[in-house]
Amino acid sequence: MKKFDKDRLLLAAAGPALALVSAFVLTMIVLAASGVDPIDPLRIMIEQAGYEDIQVLIVNQAGIYFLAALAVAIGFRMNLFNIGVDGQYRLAAMLSAVVGAAVSLPGPLHVLLIVAVAMLTGAFWAGIAGVLKARRGVSEVVSTIMLNAIATSLIAWLILPKNFGVQPAGSNDLTTGDIPESGWFPAVSLPGGDIYGFTFVAFALGVVYWFVLNRTRFGFDLRASGASESAAQASGVEPKKMIMTSMLISGAVAGLTGMPLLLGESHTYNLSFPLGIGFTGITVALLGRNNPVGIFFSALLIAFIDKASAGLDTAGYAKEIGTIMQGLIVIAVVVSYELVRRYGIRRQQQKVGEELAAGHAIKTEKEVAA
Amino acid sequence: MAPTWPQLFTFDSATRVEVSWTRYRRPPPCPPCLPAPSRQGECVITASSPPAVELHGITKRFPGVVANKDIAITVRKGTVHALIGENGAGKSTLMKILYGMQKPDEGTIAIDGEQVSFNNPGDAIARGIGMVHQHFMLADNLTVLENVVLGGEKLYGIGAKARRKILEISDAYGLGVRPDALVEDLGVADRQRVEILKVLYRGARTLILDEPTAVLVPQEVDALFDNLRELKAEGLTVIFISHKLGEVLKVADDITVIRRGTTVGTADPKTATTKQLAELMVGSELPTPETRESTVTDVAMLKVEGVTLAEAGGVVQQIPAQPGAPEDDTYLHETATAGRLLLDDISFTIHKGEILGIAGVEGNGQTELIEVLMGMSTPDAGVVTLDGQDITKLPVRKRREGGIGYIPEDRHRHGLLLESPLWENRILGHVTEAPNSKRGILDPKAARKDTERIVREYDVRTPGIDVTAASLSGGNQQKLIVGREMSHNPKFLIAAHPTRGVDVGAQAQIWDAIREARREGLAVLLISADLDELIGLSDTLRVIYRGRLVADADPATITPEELGTAMTGAATGHLEATDDHSAAADGDTTEDEAR
Repeated sequence: MKKFDKDRLLLAAAGPALALVSAFVLTMIVLAASGVDPIDPLRIMIEQAGYEDIQVLIVNQAGIYFLAALAVAIGFRMNLFNIGVDGQYRLAAMLSAVVGAAVSLPGPLHVLLIVAVAMLTGAFWAGIAGVLKARRGVSEVVSTIMLNAIATSLIAWLILPKNFGVQPAGSNDLTTGDIPESGWFPAVSLPGGDIYGFTFVAFALGVVYWFVLNRTRFGFDLRASGASESAAQASGVEPKKMIMTSMLISGAVAGLTGMPLLLGESHTYNLSFPLGIGFTGITVALLGRNNPVGIFFSALLIAFIDKASAGLDTAGYAKEIGTIMQGLIVIAVVVSYELVRRYGIRRQQQKVGEELAAGHAIKTEKEVAA
Repeated sequence: MAPTWPQLFTFDSATRVEVSWTRYRRPPPCPPCLPAPSRQGECVITASSPPAVELHGITKRFPGVVANKDIAITVRKGTVHALIGENGAGKSTLMKILYGMQKPDEGTIAIDGEQVSFNNPGDAIARGIGMVHQHFMLADNLTVLENVVLGGEKLYGIGAKARRKILEISDAYGLGVRPDALVEDLGVADRQRVEILKVLYRGARTLILDEPTAVLVPQEVDALFDNLRELKAEGLTVIFISHKLGEVLKVADDITVIRRGTTVGTADPKTATTKQLAELMVGSELPTPETRESTVTDVAMLKVEGVTLAEAGGVVQQIPAQPGAPEDDTYLHETATAGRLLLDDISFTIHKGEILGIAGVEGNGQTELIEVLMGMSTPDAGVVTLDGQDITKLPVRKRREGGIGYIPEDRHRHGLLLESPLWENRILGHVTEAPNSKRGILDPKAARKDTERIVREYDVRTPGIDVTAASLSGGNQQKLIVGREMSHNPKFLIAAHPTRGVDVGAQAQIWDAIREARREGLAVLLISADLDELIGLSDTLRVIYRGRLVADADPATITPEELGTAMTGAATGHLEATDDHSAAADGDTTEDEAR
């Protein structure tokens, strides 16, 4: 049945291609409509990507997006919309930075401790939404959005100097204190700069994600729950347990999102720690169709738009063009994937009809009328 | 079978009122047709007037596949014309062509002798063709009046004039529709009448009814047939698509059989038997019915004692009854009040090798009973024992591993992952069992191999195991489910509507599979709306009504009519066959068993 596999692959590629093309065309229309040259900014962005230092920035950013997107994708695979990745990630980064700065351990152990704290914090924060959903039926969309807001306030309070915060001399910034060098993750040095070592952990996690989802009983149960909750329940999946488990895993991975930056560069949590990574993760997971390879490429693409659009300012264009582009990608993705999905189902039904009519059915023992 | 137009309308059954009409009588006046409460005579409409619908040489090709090939059907005015054929035989494509949803590649359509070409359903409606879909297209929260005028506001407005028209139509055809009732308060049969009225309101003279009896109990089916007789008495034409051959023989004046996209013959309902029709549909001889030899042992396999389930509180909130699914709503359906008992002190025992059939109008506790047995909800009281082990508190997966097989009532919701390939669907429900996985890790290779075996042994028609479940026909999906459940050697099988929406060929195969497993000592709980199936397969029959088992019956003597009476709560206790019914009904039963 190679034919059906090839079909599915083609269709899988058609969705993103359609989405990206239409998103770029729409961007150009928006640019033209606002009286800006529609081609030149795009040309500059592509030119930017040619520089080595920008490339390093893109890869580093892609690793962060990859983790955030994996966290979102785990939820998506079972029809849970974890919008709270952003709050989970920030709270996890902050608390693990506090712990990391407070202790001193031999190298690998120190890093492991920080990572473990981050995962536990993320899982805990997501778990609140999980409990609410499993016990009380509260929509995870609502609860995770609210938990994001609570996380923001909680962090603002925790980082006050009277709590865990440290104010560096001569600065308005607040940090959680520096993590000693034993808690740094080694980086890979390239001519264009350092690539965070944790980026490779992130991509390795993509492999684990694939294996767990596609090759384990748990993954099958999770996918079945996402495909049809009622069928999964009848098949023996306990819905509440599944909601809790996947929420916890999603949160734990969300907790890892801050690690590349924390362990590789900032070594502290401060007020300029990036906001909104969790939301970009939703875009990336959507565009990558919750598939690790897809997420990898879409993380690179979104990171490219991010980092390459930063250079537009100097050329006299607004760098928000990149944001517009990302927004349009989301819309285009949602529309085009649904179109392609419906087309795919119809097409396959038709093809199956054709094959059966042509007598290509698998030989059966009874063959009553065929 | 040669096309034989009945020349004389005589009646084969003594129970029917013998009425014969002179030919060349014109519709609509046909007053003597109206009386006769149960069975009505038939008006013979002139043979010389042009046929209501004449399809000739209809061919419809989809890329690479011929859906309809050289179809020829003539539907006489003022008759009920049945169109029968297996799922996927091309009935729906043909009806879509007639209703203007598809254009034929070749062939002609003539309405009242006049050649027409439809570009959309609007054209068809304008020519007096109306369609009553299998799944009702009604807005629950609107009244009957509002539903009828919706989209047809220009015809008679939306006020008093429309109401008058509705009542006029309702009276003329004995539909008994109340314009101000809320649709959500109506039962299935009433909803169907609203659908029919909707079509008539738009001026239809020819009605296409797609599987209209699938959701009705026998009494409702009879009422529907009375309505159809009224319609044809008034000179309207009905095209009736059905699988239930017994019913087709009861109501149709002419029968056309479609197989693999083409008309393979016509049959005379007065002489044809269900067996002949079924063979014509499938294109080969059906397996001969098995002689009823009892395989019931005295070893109890499943014991249910005093199971009670209340509506709210204590009940784990699981899959709620699907709102909007018309099958769930019947005229017996009550507005749910908190604390109402969904299951009330249910007790029964199923022995090894026994099939226990449960009859009942849908929504009387069948779904809840299945959920309790499967472990999807926990009963408030009572004990369920499987093979000597108390399973009342076990989760679904443990029960499945312990040997419960499950053919769900709604295979799309509970039995399949529609957008997943067949081999993943083979794993569904048995992910922890061999050959699907080993120590927590899936074994796709073994699962795929076993899927191929199921496809082969259970005759699932598919080009491969990588296609999605959604691309198979209903019958083939069901065969896959049956094959999957049987592959884990169940001790006890829950078979809920195992042949619903399944074509005749697959039906026989599914029955065979169940019978065979029964012979090997399987205990089966059979829940079905198809009373012939219940009576034909079961060793013991129980009737469920408002969550209680109110009656029991011996399938060897009971008739569908008597069972239907008990299903509405009108009869309780042990049901004995009464003489005046059995004559007519017994004939039906044996014929249907022959399927």
